[in-house]
Amino acid sequence: MANLVIAEHDHGSLKAATLNVITAATAIGGDVHVLVVGHNAKAAADAAAQVAGVSKVLLADGAAHAHQLPENTASQVVAVAGGYTHILAPATPHGKAVAPRVAALLDKAQISDIMKVIDADTFMRPIYAGNAYATVKSSDSVKVITVRGTAFAAAAQSGGSGAVETIAALGDGGLSSFVSAEIVKLERPELTAAKIIVSGGRGLGSGEKYREVLTPLADKLGAAMGASRAAVDAGYVPNDYQVGQTGKIVAPELYIAIGMSGAIQHLAGMKDSKVIVAINKDPDAPIFSVADYGLVADLFDAVPELTAKL
Amino acid sequence: MKVLVPVKRVVDYNVKVRVKADNSGVDIANVKMSMNPFCEIAVEEAVRLKEKGAVTEIVAVSAGVAQCQETLRNAMAIGADRGILIETDVELQPLAVAKLLKAVVDREQPQLVILGKQAIDDDANQTGQMLAALLNWGQATFASKVEIEGNAAKVTCEVDGGLETVSVKLPAIITTDLRLNEPRYATLPNIMKAKKKQLDTFKPADLGVDVTPRLTTLKVEEPPKRKGGVKVADVAALIDKLKNEAKVI
Ligand SMILES: Cc1cc2nc3c(=O)[nH]c(=O)nc-3n(C[C@@H](O)[C@H](O)[C@H](O)COP(=O)(O)OP(=O)(O)OC[C@H]3O[C@@H](n4cnc5c(N)ncnc54)[C@H](O)[C@@H]3O)c2cc1C
Ligand SMILES: Cc1cc2nc3c(=O)[nH]c(=O)nc-3n(C[C@H](O)[C@H](O)[C@H](O)COP(=O)(O)OP(=O)(O)OC[C@H]3O[C@@H](n4cnc5c(N)ncnc54)[C@H](O)[C@@H]3O)c2cc1C
Repeated sequence: MANLVIAEHDHGSLKAATLNVITAATAIGGDVHVLVVGHNAKAAADAAAQVAGVSKVLLADGAAHAHQLPENTASQVVAVAGGYTHILAPATPHGKAVAPRVAALLDKAQISDIMKVIDADTFMRPIYAGNAYATVKSSDSVKVITVRGTAFAAAAQSGGSGAVETIAALGDGGLSSFVSAEIVKLERPELTAAKIIVSGGRGLGSGEKYREVLTPLADKLGAAMGASRAAVDAGYVPNDYQVGQTGKIVAPELYIAIGMSGAIQHLAGMKDSKVIVAINKDPDAPIFSVADYGLVADLFDAVPELTAKL
Repeated sequence: MKVLVPVKRVVDYNVKVRVKADNSGVDIANVKMSMNPFCEIAVEEAVRLKEKGAVTEIVAVSAGVAQCQETLRNAMAIGADRGILIETDVELQPLAVAKLLKAVVDREQPQLVILGKQAIDDDANQTGQMLAALLNWGQATFASKVEIEGNAAKVTCEVDGGLETVSVKLPAIITTDLRLNEPRYATLPNIMKAKKKQLDTFKPADLGVDVTPRLTTLKVEEPPKRKGGVKVADVAALIDKLKNEAKVI
């Protein structure tokens, strides 16, 4: 067996999601190789070679890969796919854009968002917003897989001794081109990697209140900040704050849900948190049914008090 | 320009599904079925493009059981011009759906296919990208803004950390994210009109597509239940629990 992990990176460094995928590949068994598709991405490839469990890194470095357009990335993956039994990517926006394209080009099914490796052909994955877990077995000779990061521990970033092998980078397929990006630089821990998350819903009432009430608490706890879809839709915070079925899947040590009702689509994104705290003025809010500690209170009183007493 | 919009019939998003006692799947008998919310957004976007004059015809396609007709009628009530049903009782997986859609694209020759980014039953998030690969077309996934500019579509996509805008050459595939638009409600007159719109039915065999599943579901289980915890009296009690019981702060 041989596993090919499609690295998530920003050319200069490896993104944390790659480390969880490497752990999933290790659980499948056999060699673990990492493919870095980028431009001036030697640093990311070198970082991948250091990761425990990685025996080889393939680097496809070329101008066509500067913006990691999924069409070009997928063609590059297919060019090296021969010989691998498993091709894995993180279930991130980029991984989700690339992996199905690879699967279709290879005429293979994809197994999305796996949470557990049962054996080399069999995997557990969530369906219906995590309200059910399906165990699925693939009859394909090559398995194309996306991996739910929170379900696998991160592989150690050192201890590996993989060799970096440069492969021919393909040119641009000409199907799409990059126009612009607006990426918000976060001062805080990334949501999917944070130990503590302070998350706010429509109960906050406005973007100003979201920041005024929640930021001091998050600062004090060194926490990342999240939100419900209602809060994102109302414009309190940018879209990548959204936790849930169609947002980020998180599993911190502590998730503090403030002024949110606990819709199943939201719960789908955070119910694997170790400890959940809910602060809501409605004693019947569904969020209390998953919260380890519930506080029925007006958030505008309770949160400042909590911040002050910590 | 013609647009194809694949629409999927799924368990309504308000329904909390239950796993069957024999672990063979989820119980969807007598459960309310609706159009997948992301597909509704796709239909709405196509209708808006038509209203802006960028699109001339909208064809909705659904693959699945005979009742998918209802989903197609719903799409036509929102504004699709006609519908195509690919009728089968076989459990369809994304690769099979993508192959069926490719066959429809080959016949219909649309310049754009707008799909939902994921279906809320299987949460696979694959079909659009697979279809793009089979057609060798460009793809813009998780779209939150779409503009047609000559022979390209300028699409703003939701990515990690923010937004990225790409230009995809037409013909192309777009998959919708939640913030692309808010679908309109179908009005009664439009629901009536939709009943008269053209709806053609094919079988997978008519399209020459093998839809045999590649994945077998061995079992479906309930996720581990979180035990509802306790309510605490006040902020001081909460801090005490977090420090001394849960030991997370
Ligand atoms: C009884 C039953 C059992 C099932 N068992 C399995 C199983 O074992 N394994 C499994 O993987 N899946 C199973 N499914 C779900 C499977 O049939 C999904 O429809 C298929 O996997 C597609 O996944 P998705 O809809 O999540 O695709 P996505 O890629 O998430 O769908 C994205 C978009 O593609 C389009 N689309 C998808 N399907 C259709 C369609 N049928 N017609 C028109 N447009 C469509 C829509 O625009 C949709 O928004 C089962 C379904 C049923 C009803
Ligand atoms: C296809 C689909 C996908 C979706 N995906 C997601 C997703 O990924 N993530 C997500 O979050 N949602 C998602 N949703 C939306 C979801 O269904 C809910 O609408 C949303 O989560 C509600 O957000 P909320 O809890 O902030 O708002 P509400 O449900 O309005 O809850 C607000 C809560 O705040 C409380 N409150 C108000 N004022 C105060 C106060 N002063 N003090 C204390 N408490 C107060 C209220 O009691 C109430 O419980 C999705 C929906 C659909 C249809």
